[in-house]
Amino acid sequence: MLVIGLGHYLTVAAILFTLGIFGIFLNRKNVIIILMSVELMLLAVNINLVAFSAYLGDLIGQIFAMFVLTVAAAEAAVGLAILVIYFRNRGSIAVEDIDVLKG
Amino acid sequence: MIIQAVLFYLFAAIAIASSAMVISARNPVHSVLFLILTFFNAAGLFLLLGAEFLAFTLIFVYVGAVAALFLFVVMMLDINFAELRQGFLNYLPIGGTIGLILVIELVALGLGWVFSPGASSVAAAPLPPPDAMTNTAALGALFYTRYIYLFEISGLILLVAMIGAIVLTLRRRKDVRKQNIGAQVARGRTVELRNVPSRGGV
Repeated sequence: MLVIGLGHYLTVAAILFTLGIFGIFLNRKNVIIILMSVELMLLAVNINLVAFSAYLGDLIGQIFAMFVLTVAAAEAAVGLAILVIYFRNRGSIAVEDIDVLKG
Repeated sequence: MIIQAVLFYLFAAIAIASSAMVISARNPVHSVLFLILTFFNAAGLFLLLGAEFLAFTLIFVYVGAVAALFLFVVMMLDINFAELRQGFLNYLPIGGTIGLILVIELVALGLGWVFSPGASSVAAAPLPPPDAMTNTAALGALFYTRYIYLFEISGLILLVAMIGAIVLTLRRRKDVRKQNIGAQVARGRTVELRNVPSRGGV
């Protein structure tokens, strides 16, 4: 219990990832919370990568975590920009209103 | 050892509790603030793992940039968030079931994991001993040599994201009278010099 092993970190990351998925289910209508849930899931992936890197003695995991961080930042920027112009055009961000492209 | 264990449980508990608040808070501003708390505690976990550079990058990038962006968007959009929370409880059973199944599977997988004894001898980039090289220097030595192309491509991704966000949100407003110096200077022969006869007027 007092010796923190790889399993402890993997458990924390698993719980964070599940909370992210749970958040997407709970807030089906609010795109902002869905984006935050995606950030939580990416954070859980980062914790996994860094934990494996530390316990295997391999630096590659931290390098990959860095790239995940980059992509997460880019995704947040573009996602929020799309959200802003969507709100400007439609006056709402409810997910069920986003069906203009429906054939 | 005991300090490490206590810190781990502290950071992990606060991270999980605040991420639960992110998805269940009534006010989205509170959600963003709890997201910031989650990132701070995840940075604490990274520090415990010896990844100092990533810990501080997480704080700079997420708390400094991404969370501030979320805050701006949440405060800028005039949205009735109470309306968006309609049906919050309808999705609770299915979401809870799927989440429970997923977390049991993931934890079982994580706890039942065994490394082969030779796994650390085949490391692609062995972790240098902490007294020989700091974490930041070791990461830099890899980033700028073996992973230089990936590093530059990630810079390119950020550039594309920046240009994309600017192009998406830039607009010319018709209802705002803004000074356009170029049009003013190039408006043709509307100003001219006249030789006015004396005592005649124009």
